[in-house]
Amino acid sequence: MSSATSARRPLAGRLLRNPLGAVSLVYLVLLFLVAVVGPFLAPHAPDQVSLEAVLAPPSSDHLLGGDSAGRDVLSRLIAATGTSLLGALIAVVVAAIIGVTSGLIAGYRGGWFDQVSNWLASTTLSLPAIVVLLAVRSVVGPSIWWIMAIFGVILAPSYHRIVYGAVREVRAELYIDAAVVSGLSQPRIIGRHVLTAVRAPTILLTSSLFAVAIAVQASLDFLGVGDPSRPTWGSMLSDGFANISRTSGLMMWPSLVIALTCVALSLLSTALRDELEQQGDSGRGKSVAWSAPQLRPAPALVHGVAPSGTPAPQGAPLLEIKDLSIAYRVGDGWKTVVDGTSLTVGQGEVHALIGESGSGKTQTAWSTLGLLPPGGFVVGGSIRFNGKELTELSAKEFDAVRGRDIAYVPQEPLSNLDPSFTIGHQLSEPLRFTRGFTRKQAQERALELLERVGIRDPQRIFSSYPHQISGGMAQRVLIAGAVASQPKLIIADEPTTALDVTVQAEILELLRDLQRETGVSILLVTHNFGVVADLADRVSVMRSGSIVETGSVAQVFAHPAHEYTRGLMSALLDNAPARGALRTELA
Amino acid sequence: MLSFILRRLIAGILTVITISVFGFLLLHLGAHDIARRLVGGMADPAIVERKAQELGLNRPLTTQFFDWAHGAVTGDLGRSWSSGQPVTDALASRLPVTLSLTIGAVVLTAIVGIVLGIVAASRRGWVDRTIQVLSLLMSSIPGFLVALVLVLLFALGLRWFPATGYISAGDSLNGWLSTITLPVIALAIGAIAGVAQQVRGSMIDALRLDYVRTLRARGLPYNRVMYVHVLRNAAGPALSVLGIQFIVMLGGAVVVEQVFSLPGVGQTAVSATVQGDIPLVMGVIVLTSLLVLAINLVIDLVQGWLNPKVRLS
Repeated sequence: MSSATSARRPLAGRLLRNPLGAVSLVYLVLLFLVAVVGPFLAPHAPDQVSLEAVLAPPSSDHLLGGDSAGRDVLSRLIAATGTSLLGALIAVVVAAIIGVTSGLIAGYRGGWFDQVSNWLASTTLSLPAIVVLLAVRSVVGPSIWWIMAIFGVILAPSYHRIVYGAVREVRAELYIDAAVVSGLSQPRIIGRHVLTAVRAPTILLTSSLFAVAIAVQASLDFLGVGDPSRPTWGSMLSDGFANISRTSGLMMWPSLVIALTCVALSLLSTALRDELEQQGDSGRGKSVAWSAPQLRPAPALVHGVAPSGTPAPQGAPLLEIKDLSIAYRVGDGWKTVVDGTSLTVGQGEVHALIGESGSGKTQTAWSTLGLLPPGGFVVGGSIRFNGKELTELSAKEFDAVRGRDIAYVPQEPLSNLDPSFTIGHQLSEPLRFTRGFTRKQAQERALELLERVGIRDPQRIFSSYPHQISGGMAQRVLIAGAVASQPKLIIADEPTTALDVTVQAEILELLRDLQRETGVSILLVTHNFGVVADLADRVSVMRSGSIVETGSVAQVFAHPAHEYTRGLMSALLDNAPARGALRTELA
Repeated sequence: MLSFILRRLIAGILTVITISVFGFLLLHLGAHDIARRLVGGMADPAIVERKAQELGLNRPLTTQFFDWAHGAVTGDLGRSWSSGQPVTDALASRLPVTLSLTIGAVVLTAIVGIVLGIVAASRRGWVDRTIQVLSLLMSSIPGFLVALVLVLLFALGLRWFPATGYISAGDSLNGWLSTITLPVIALAIGAIAGVAQQVRGSMIDALRLDYVRTLRARGLPYNRVMYVHVLRNAAGPALSVLGIQFIVMLGGAVVVEQVFSLPGVGQTAVSATVQGDIPLVMGVIVLTSLLVLAINLVIDLVQGWLNPKVRLS
């Protein structure tokens, strides 16, 4: 979608600033001029035969030489330009008229017209165009205009599909309903909204179909089924190919024009798409080093240093994040999403990282796994895990940590399972890498794990595909995957958010049991104070990329110091499902 | 799975029937003019009439159609007007050539297109940009131009391959390979570009999916996730593109057979068209739609194997 500011600038102006677009546009405009003005300037009539020009090399009289019948190649090339462009234009116009109209009606009205037209469209697309055109040719004879018009009918489904899709999308949006309510007539609704929505894809399609039409027309003429009385690029090429043993020059000019025209049209449509979708890669080549934002976060309020507080965890922490900053490359610059975040997770501790969405808590979690999405980087600070500096690990060294010492429980259960493989495969496959198990050992272990996470029929789930199981079941599977290799740290990113309320409680209980049983540390990312109260020992509150307050759960709940923390906690009181857990913990 | 394939088969057969009906109507509405063309434009109307009578063109259209359709279901597509040979025989003798070309091109496209797409998606950077530019050029230059350039370079110039002619695999395997190599490349180039683009696009999309992160977090190396999980999920859309490209190739084969003088179905189609040999043209249409039906079924089967949602429904 083009942004509002750029949409106001005319498309042609933007295209000329795009180098590929400018070159192809200039070429195509020149070609058009040749087609219109050329016939008046051509040195000879295209059909004028002179015996001494038969297969003649270029000369002052025949700049590009003569063809096998002694006609001037340049003059024929000029005459053919008009024919070829007009032929392609006929095809595209016919296709656009039929396809746009039927797409609009089918998309807007639906019903039988929708079904019949879509069926016709897919039937039309199921035969190669050349074969259909040959059949047409055997009936209508060698008329280029008729054949190109019929080709337009064959191309129409392309317009139909694009327009149909766009209309469906627009129709689904509310503003059409609003317009109906406000009393606008239906044609005006179509005119105003739908046509704006289909404009861009239709322009794109036109440019590429024009190239297809030129190619198909040239093919037909090359095959010798075209109109012999009319010079076309394809027939000139055919003549050149037939005389290839005597001169290769005849083939060159029509080939060059056809190839250049087709390439120019597809470069034009690429440039158009870039401009319409605003995808010009402005950031290419330049890379600026990240620098910290002007506005630095205030230091976090730390509970627990006060004499009354519970003592901080003993010994060296398992995970120690210090002054962590994460930024994404955006164009020429950087967008900083986490800045100066510090937190520690002790041995056997459950540390909750709480904050609203967009506060940077998931980014912090992913960076600890070394799995930031493309374009995201740790740009400052350190992440020490079990005495190892994670930010300095190579991709290969990180592979040795991930899934062995650090594990991950994601948020959305179903999108985190590969739909093409069985649950069992997804659980046992990593074990063969992390633990060196044989296939059989890995399968046995996977079955054990499934049983451990409370799945009653492990064998059935093992051989099921993700689409066959429920969300709660899938989350159990993901937890099984996380504890599979007996990790030291589990990073759980909103492990219950996507689940039903009753299932949430079960999953929390499972996590708590597993934690007690194995003594694993957990970094629990959540936006819900109820979950914090239920599971965590300590909590850090995150806001806009940095920690505002940190301390033991009891302290933060009893004396929330930061107003943002208080805001989050009061939001919890409206969040009925979590209330029970919170009360018991506070009591 | 079985019911899925059965549904697709029925839909495909309906499409073949529809195409036959439309094709028959289209070809026979103008058939009387063709009778005139067959005997020569200046001929006596009585002679035209006799020719039409002889070919059965004077009967009602529905009678003609059911007559043809009755034969068609038993494998009899009538006789060629120009040679008198049964259409089925004429096409059967030419089918191996066209199948050699199109199947060869599909295999080449699948291999090269998928490899290029994977490389572009996993390497990115300049490798990706080079592949992008190449596939833009490959897909925009018409196939017959590519064929002509190949003939000029490798047949007439370097003389690595014969410029024209066909040797069947039964006669000589090497001969067969040498005669179909250039045509297969010419047919495949545009399709390779299309498949590579699709594989690249869907792999890049799949790389952003949640389960990729989760599998990596469980300790699977990048390459394993890329080549087993991402590729398998990207294969479905790529296969659909391959199916569409096969249809394009059937059209491309017509032109490529002409360039390389290969005695395939396409060459028959062109000569039948010029001669107004309606039964033969009709035969080409039916054969082409059957080939499309066959490739679509194969693709559906592979899709079912790839996608458990299809297989288990």
